[in-house]
Amino acid sequence: MKKVFTRPESFNDIPMHYCPGCTHGIIHRLVAETIDELNMVDRAIGVAPVGCSVFIYNYIDCDMYQASHGRAPAVATGVKRVVPDGVVFTYQGDGDMAAIGTAEIVHAAARGENITVIFVNNAVYAMTGGQMAPTTLMGQKTTTTPHGRESDANGYPVKMAEMLSTLDGSSYISRVSVHDPKNINKAKKSIKKAFEVQMENKGFTMVEVLSICPTNWGLSPKESVKWLDENMIPYYPLGEYKVPAEV
Amino acid sequence: MRKKLSKVLMKGNEAIGEGAVRAGCRYFFGYPITPQSELPHYLAKRLPEENGVYLQSESETSAINMVYGAAGAGSRVMTSSSGPGISLMQEGISYIAGAELPCVIVNMMRGGPGLGNIAPAQSDYLQAVKGGGHGDYFVVCIAPASVQEIIDFMYDAFDIADKYFTPVMVLADGILGQMMEPVEFKENQEMELPEKPWAANGKRGRESKNIINSLYIVPEDLEEHNFKLKDKYSIIEEKEQRWEEYYTEDAELVLTAFGTSARVCKAVVDKARQEGLAVGLIRPIMVWPFPQKAFDKVIHSAKQFLTVEMNTGQMVEDVKLAVAGRRPVYFTGRPGGMLPIANDIFEEVKKLMSGGAE
Ligand SMILES: Cc1ncc(C[n+]2csc(CCOP(=O)(O)OP(=O)(O)O)c2C)c(N)n1
Ligand code: SF4
Repeated sequence: MKKVFTRPESFNDIPMHYCPGCTHGIIHRLVAETIDELNMVDRAIGVAPVGCSVFIYNYIDCDMYQASHGRAPAVATGVKRVVPDGVVFTYQGDGDMAAIGTAEIVHAAARGENITVIFVNNAVYAMTGGQMAPTTLMGQKTTTTPHGRESDANGYPVKMAEMLSTLDGSSYISRVSVHDPKNINKAKKSIKKAFEVQMENKGFTMVEVLSICPTNWGLSPKESVKWLDENMIPYYPLGEYKVPAEV
Repeated sequence: MRKKLSKVLMKGNEAIGEGAVRAGCRYFFGYPITPQSELPHYLAKRLPEENGVYLQSESETSAINMVYGAAGAGSRVMTSSSGPGISLMQEGISYIAGAELPCVIVNMMRGGPGLGNIAPAQSDYLQAVKGGGHGDYFVVCIAPASVQEIIDFMYDAFDIADKYFTPVMVLADGILGQMMEPVEFKENQEMELPEKPWAANGKRGRESKNIINSLYIVPEDLEEHNFKLKDKYSIIEEKEQRWEEYYTEDAELVLTAFGTSARVCKAVVDKARQEGLAVGLIRPIMVWPFPQKAFDKVIHSAKQFLTVEMNTGQMVEDVKLAVAGRRPVYFTGRPGGMLPIANDIFEEVKKLMSGGAE
């Protein structure tokens, strides 16, 4: 019988710490599959700051850095400048990248830093207990917006893919989702493309991945998937925002 | 053996750059700030000549995190700044200490707090020698007092960083950065840089992955890590104390000063000796680890100590700890970017030696 699905070789076979239903694990797997398919586990170097995915260094079987909150693009810059033939990626949450780390991500993109950023947008600060994130939707209830996000007090959600795609240094920018199998397949293709663009030295690449957090959304995994589909996608449209000419 | 070559005239800030390059540093990440600007200007030209990288970051926060990445990848790497920028780097320095990465950080100190001013000061002594950021750690701190020492100490700074897997700070002030002095370079030999099998630069056939990390989620594990760091710091304290003694053998009054204020104090000692007063100077070269041994050595003849700093009294705390109540310790200093004047210090010395402290 033909084997159609197997654990990627660069994905360590150990129990994950994520909550049941959390899609961080799926996104990890897509990165690991890409590392396998592009045959680059020996050159891949990952950087993950704090957030729910802080232990990614235990799961993906390449060299890894744990970075401080928001600073992964700066750490990745340091790594890439020393190891230009490395395939360097960051894996960052929305609090991490779109709040405390905005300077680092904007300037890594502006420099055209040859790295790949996997940006996991779950519309909350998950690790610290479901507080409002810069990506929290209008009206969305979080532990620090108990009556829902209001523009008067909290302003408006940040659209990172759109924003970064305006910079000349960025080369490939997309937004994908992992809430159903069809979208997971699309997400995989996009992640792979981003890494390929990096390997061709074409500049900064980022894939924003919409992800669920059942625990902090106070929903079941099934309800979470529906909530993402009905609420996040309309505000955060999926698609490729920037593609280098020849790809 | 490194052969001596003829002397050239060099500015302190540029000497740091040239010293670093000769010590094998090929990566510099930094953000503009006075009074260290000549250093990045120099390296922006010099590093590409050596196939190195000079990169101007978007902030000091980013600069130190770029250093974290470049150090983790196994390179000799440096950043430099002054007061406000060094404050921004503290979180990153803490991560670097926690992950045990070697790197060199230059602080050309200026006046503070806040924006303070850009005049030379020793205002960041305590921040430098007491860890500086969050958590339980120390940074090795070397304090040159001349442009020649800057050149010589850059080798030591990178070697110590690599030997002990630790950040090393070069602590100087704006005067030293701007000062031009003749320096002698040793003949440039092929440096043998240490192997770094722990570096996270891609597995490349390695059996297992390398992880650069300061997270120890289980308290027992972090406790073990903290004790391991402590053991390392104890070894550094034992082996790396460095100081200069200037007329201390029979000194009844021992001045203590580092960097630029030590140069002023040497003039004070010379003057005192001319007038027959038994005055000497301990100049800490390492300010962390603090040269405790220097104080134990002079305590037999010393009757009192006077610490001279370009601040309102910071190192004097460490002098008091080193003297440990055995003798009185006094302080005089000028903050805000003002230089201590040799004559003023000499008056203080005469007052103390005639028993007029109180
Ligand atoms: C300087 C600093 N501030 C705050 C924190 C606490 N902290 C840890 S993770 C986190 C938020 C993570 O949220 P996000 O980036 O959205 O990732 P997620 O947990 O949702 O995957 C915060 C605020 C920290 N570790 N460091
Ligand atoms: S808190 Fe949310 S993001 Fe974090 S592991 Fe649980 S479900 Fe996933």
